[in-house]
Amino acid sequence: MVTTIKYREFKNKLFKVIIILLTTVCTLPLLLVLYKIFREGISAINWDFFVNLPKPVGETGGGIVNALIGSVLLILVASVISIPLGVFTGIYLSEYRNTKLSYFTLLSVDVLTGVPSIVIGIIIYLWVVKTMGGFSAISGSIALSVMMLPSIIKSTEETLKLIPNTLKEASLSLGVPYYRTILKVILPAGITGILSGIILSIARVAGETAPLLFTAFGNPFINTNILKPISSLPAIIFNYAISPYEDWHKLAWGASFVLIIIVLFLNIITKIAQRKWKVQF
Amino acid sequence: MPITTDQQIKGINFSEFAFRKILFISAISIVILLFCFFLTLVASSLPSINTIGIKFIYGVTWDPVSDKFGGFPFLAGTLFTSLLALIIAIPFSLSVALFLGEYFRTGLISAIFKNIVELLAAIPSVIYGFWGLFVLVPLIRSLETKIGVAPYGVGILTSSIILSIMIVPYAVSLTVQVITLVPADLKEAAYSLGATRLEVIRNIILPYTRSGIFAGILLALGRALGETMAVTMLIGNSHIVPVSIFSPGNTMASVIANEFTEATGKIYLSALIEMGLFLFLVTTIINIIGRSVIKRFSIS
Amino acid sequence: MEGTILKTFNFSANFGESQVLKNISIEINRNEVVAVMGPSGCGKTTFIRCINRMHELTQGATVNGDIRVDDNSIYTMNLIVLRRKIGMVFQHPNPFPTMSIYQNVVAGYLLNGIKLKKTERDEVVERSLKRVALWDEVKDDLHKKGTFLSGGQQQRLCIARSISMNPEILLLDEPTSALDPISTAKIEELIFELKKNYTIIIVTHNMQQAGRISDRTAFFYLGELLEFNDTTELFINPKHEKTQNYITGRFG
Repeated sequence: MVTTIKYREFKNKLFKVIIILLTTVCTLPLLLVLYKIFREGISAINWDFFVNLPKPVGETGGGIVNALIGSVLLILVASVISIPLGVFTGIYLSEYRNTKLSYFTLLSVDVLTGVPSIVIGIIIYLWVVKTMGGFSAISGSIALSVMMLPSIIKSTEETLKLIPNTLKEASLSLGVPYYRTILKVILPAGITGILSGIILSIARVAGETAPLLFTAFGNPFINTNILKPISSLPAIIFNYAISPYEDWHKLAWGASFVLIIIVLFLNIITKIAQRKWKVQF
Repeated sequence: MPITTDQQIKGINFSEFAFRKILFISAISIVILLFCFFLTLVASSLPSINTIGIKFIYGVTWDPVSDKFGGFPFLAGTLFTSLLALIIAIPFSLSVALFLGEYFRTGLISAIFKNIVELLAAIPSVIYGFWGLFVLVPLIRSLETKIGVAPYGVGILTSSIILSIMIVPYAVSLTVQVITLVPADLKEAAYSLGATRLEVIRNIILPYTRSGIFAGILLALGRALGETMAVTMLIGNSHIVPVSIFSPGNTMASVIANEFTEATGKIYLSALIEMGLFLFLVTTIINIIGRSVIKRFSIS
Repeated sequence: MEGTILKTFNFSANFGESQVLKNISIEINRNEVVAVMGPSGCGKTTFIRCINRMHELTQGATVNGDIRVDDNSIYTMNLIVLRRKIGMVFQHPNPFPTMSIYQNVVAGYLLNGIKLKKTERDEVVERSLKRVALWDEVKDDLHKKGTFLSGGQQQRLCIARSISMNPEILLLDEPTSALDPISTAKIEELIFELKKNYTIIIVTHNMQQAGRISDRTAFFYLGELLEFNDTTELFINPKHEKTQNYITGRFG
């Protein structure tokens, strides 16, 4: 069979159309999910929603203040744990590129990225919840901090690797000690990239549910004690979404809306930061 | 020259030493952390491994009340949903990857679609599950009524569709990375021989990136295997071996999510942890293989 | 103060297996400008990087022999003290990107945590910038980022940053190779001025430049110091065949 040029060109065009078509289809879920969440979510939101506790079935005017406070607290504590550890590890990886330890650390980071969040939940349950004798906010924060680590480490390492070596040498040649050089010259030069990584990792764990199921657990009341169980946005969405009550679904839509807005907001911030506040060398 | 006293120098030397130690300890703690994960999972799985043994893999009855812990339904459910999700996701991922890595590499259209894919990845699992429960499940249910199977709505197919939406962005980001690495002169050589774009894609790009694309799909599979929340909400939580794409079922991750906090017996808890160990090992192996293929690809 | 400020004894440097400097012995006097010249790969940059111990930052880099500054071995001296005594300017201008021009000049103080009063700091900034003839060009923009300056201005800013710490020796590693001719001329003029206060060791691959600015010239070839003499003498009467070849342009 002879394939004419026309036939080849037809196939070529057809393929391009298929690619464009399938790509467009891929964007549909995002639009559909956002549409549904916005439509259902906005109607669920009012002042009470942000200041009230969830009400029992049948009573209107319930809110999610406990989950909001819980999520903020969980993420704050998780950040306090993971940011220093992640940034220091990232510095190590960019400073000592060819050591055995950096090889194994990078490998561990890659593996850690892929560990299912539910498995991290199990481990933190065994380590913290079992030891402390009960669910607690701190155990939830530890689980989230483990999930934040890989992206903080990676973004720190990759950002610092791109910083010209002469900057470090310039500082050292002024008689500045190594640790001050890293902390005061190298880190500030890479701050945008590192912060983006941190914010993205926060955006990711803000919606993490699985590792919280058996660590932070949940709490129908406002709690600020990190040794006690605590509620969170994703947990409240999960629990209310699978409940059979209309009122609770409404709360879940509202909570989803708030969570989506937070996640989108954090993602957009990093986009802008990466473009606007990029350090010029 | 600013005077530096011995005292100051001693202080600096100490800080220098401490700083390097902190870096070292941070890096090594990540390795230790992962190693301890493994040890903890193994140690806590031992009671189950010892009592249930190999039956854990092929046993089809999961009945904690009568101490029967056959994990086969969940193994089957996990593989079934993940592979189905992969089959759905592959054509879409490849299309988007070619779209972003070949057809529209720069410009506004590319930027828009890149951002959409990134946002797709940013939506939390629990929200996909919630959305699936209220939008996808009714759709599937009416489809099931139409073709005359039991209209559960929830089940393997529903979970797989949501899973595929969740893994597409992940597979795309890895695949675009390798497609953009195809040397321009290779492509230009083919174009100069009169090849069409499709022929270049088929004969140059795809063969060149085969191992990279494989790694991308493998890593996407790893993600699908461990995905928990959305699947837990959509799979139907039934402890039977799924026989069709419309059957409800259960995956390992969702069994853990559902039963972990209420697992009372020692063996019961240990059996759930053993499933966690299995997920840990499988995703670890997948990640090590996948990443090393991609790394080798980017270097060469 | 007259006399020798820097002395090397049978000094060798390696990167892993390969030896880049072989048994260098040289004496450099206070307040002179020494040009270090030679074909690429001859070890000239490595040589000056050894003097403030930058060479050892590279993985696998080792040294042998001794270098003495003011009769103290640089290997027994505290590294920080040594580097504050010896300023360095690099091939490509590298002002600190997160700092303003003002902060860049006093970077040595800021980064070392040395407290200066505001008036003292202003004074250091003005004095240093005047010395590098940059003051008039930037005095109204002191709080802009250093990276907004032109390449030549950036390089002078880097020199200002080095001399603000009052070093005794200034190491210049091909400081004009990335600059246009006008900026180069400015920096050369500057070196002439700076000579009054500092000992300057400048690496250059530009023979005319060496001829214009240096008192003495060291010619390196494949890691060896072949010849070290008064610049005019070395150019007119090279003792070594290789030097002769190089300055007449037969290789390099």
